[in-house]
Amino acid sequence: MTYIQLSYSDLVLPALLVVVDGVFSLILRLKLERQLAIATMRMVLQLVLVGYVLTFLFAAVSPLWTALAALIMVIFASREIVARQKRRLQGVWKYGLGVGCTLLAAGTVTMFALLTELRPDPWYHPRYALPLLGMMLGNTMTGISLGLDVLTNSLMRERAGVEACLALGGTRHQALLPVIRDALRSGFMPIMNSMAAIGLVSLPGMMTGQILAGVEPVDAVKYQLLIMFLIAGGTGLGTLAAVLGGARLLTDHRHRLRLDRIDAGKSA
Amino acid sequence: MLTVRGLRRLHLSVSFDLQDGECVALQGPSGVGKTLLLRSIADLDPNEGTVKLDGTLREAMPAPAWRTRVTYLAAEPGWWSDTVQEHFTAWDDALPLVARLGLPDGCGPWSIQRLSTGERLRLGLVRALMLRSRVLLLDEPTSALDPAAAAAVEGVIAERVSDGTSVLWTTHDGAQARRVGARIFVMRPDGRIEENRP
Repeated sequence: MTYIQLSYSDLVLPALLVVVDGVFSLILRLKLERQLAIATMRMVLQLVLVGYVLTFLFAAVSPLWTALAALIMVIFASREIVARQKRRLQGVWKYGLGVGCTLLAAGTVTMFALLTELRPDPWYHPRYALPLLGMMLGNTMTGISLGLDVLTNSLMRERAGVEACLALGGTRHQALLPVIRDALRSGFMPIMNSMAAIGLVSLPGMMTGQILAGVEPVDAVKYQLLIMFLIAGGTGLGTLAAVLGGARLLTDHRHRLRLDRIDAGKSA
Repeated sequence: MLTVRGLRRLHLSVSFDLQDGECVALQGPSGVGKTLLLRSIADLDPNEGTVKLDGTLREAMPAPAWRTRVTYLAAEPGWWSDTVQEHFTAWDDALPLVARLGLPDGCGPWSIQRLSTGERLRLGLVRALMLRSRVLLLDEPTSALDPAAAAAVEGVIAERVSDGTSVLWTTHDGAQARRVGARIFVMRPDGRIEENRP
């Protein structure tokens, strides 16, 4: 593999483009320059840091360090899921459901890919495990947070219909089924849209990266297909678990709708 | 017979018996907790207390089975599908009742959206009556109806009562309460009920 290596000095000129953005903001009084500066600094710091962390992890190839890095990634993903919810569950489930389902979905498909298709040596090699997990987390997270959001919002809106079904002797499963279907459809929509548009409208970042790094396009495509299949599987699994779990948490053993378990305080 | 002993939910604390074939009117100012009481008896909200039907505790059966025997009808019935007939397991069997309550025969395929409040109220009642429950908990079933439709509803319910169904009927209309109720319960702001003999 041959690729054109960049030095830090090569980045100075492109970075000036951001400075140009800042100048525009000043001239047009958009008041974005402060935010822009902070975002740029954050990006540089986070990425450089991650570069060194990955270098360390790849050199160490330790199951412990890799697991710790994976754990930190899952925690950030869960925070993101909670932040995206308009209405949240109360108590431990606020984080528990998101963390559990993300871990289940992203973890399962990552392991599946590592053990059956990629088979690096050792199987937990961070060079394969961590980027794969990162992509799975990012995408399953979208499905899970969307699915949960639609579930809670629809239950609030369709409360009268759901309770009418319950009052007429419907089980909680029967009563919630229309809402569950909506939530699952919404959770699964983004991945289907991106599968349909991929290659025509968008060139995925991972594939572009591999091509820039000198990989043959057809080989890069195979990798991307693997990733997309994994994402589709992981999103389906995660969204299903999150929505069914959420539906169970928002009802009880006497088949009552328990909207009181949705956090009332934070509905911004 | 429906037996309610020490039912507690928020500020409510209620005990009473409802005989077979008895209709009791429940009155009290808005917001006093009449709806809460009906929902609690149907076990739609978490609540404490002993509620029995013919001596069988409601906890002895699954909640859906309890609710097909002790059925709550909301003041604004909810809908979960698009058309009227999708809410019925056997729409054709419901047609006689639909006609008696003054609704057109052909309203089965109608969209729920186009129904008036009064039509929704009556169709919600038909839907609940199709279960042939032992106890009906009716939350202002005629509040949005014209006098003719209200009279039709009272007639249908009276028929069920004479067949042995027990009814707890909330209403703000004192004349209606005296008309339909063999007894009248009045809910007080402290969450207790007292009986007014008509």
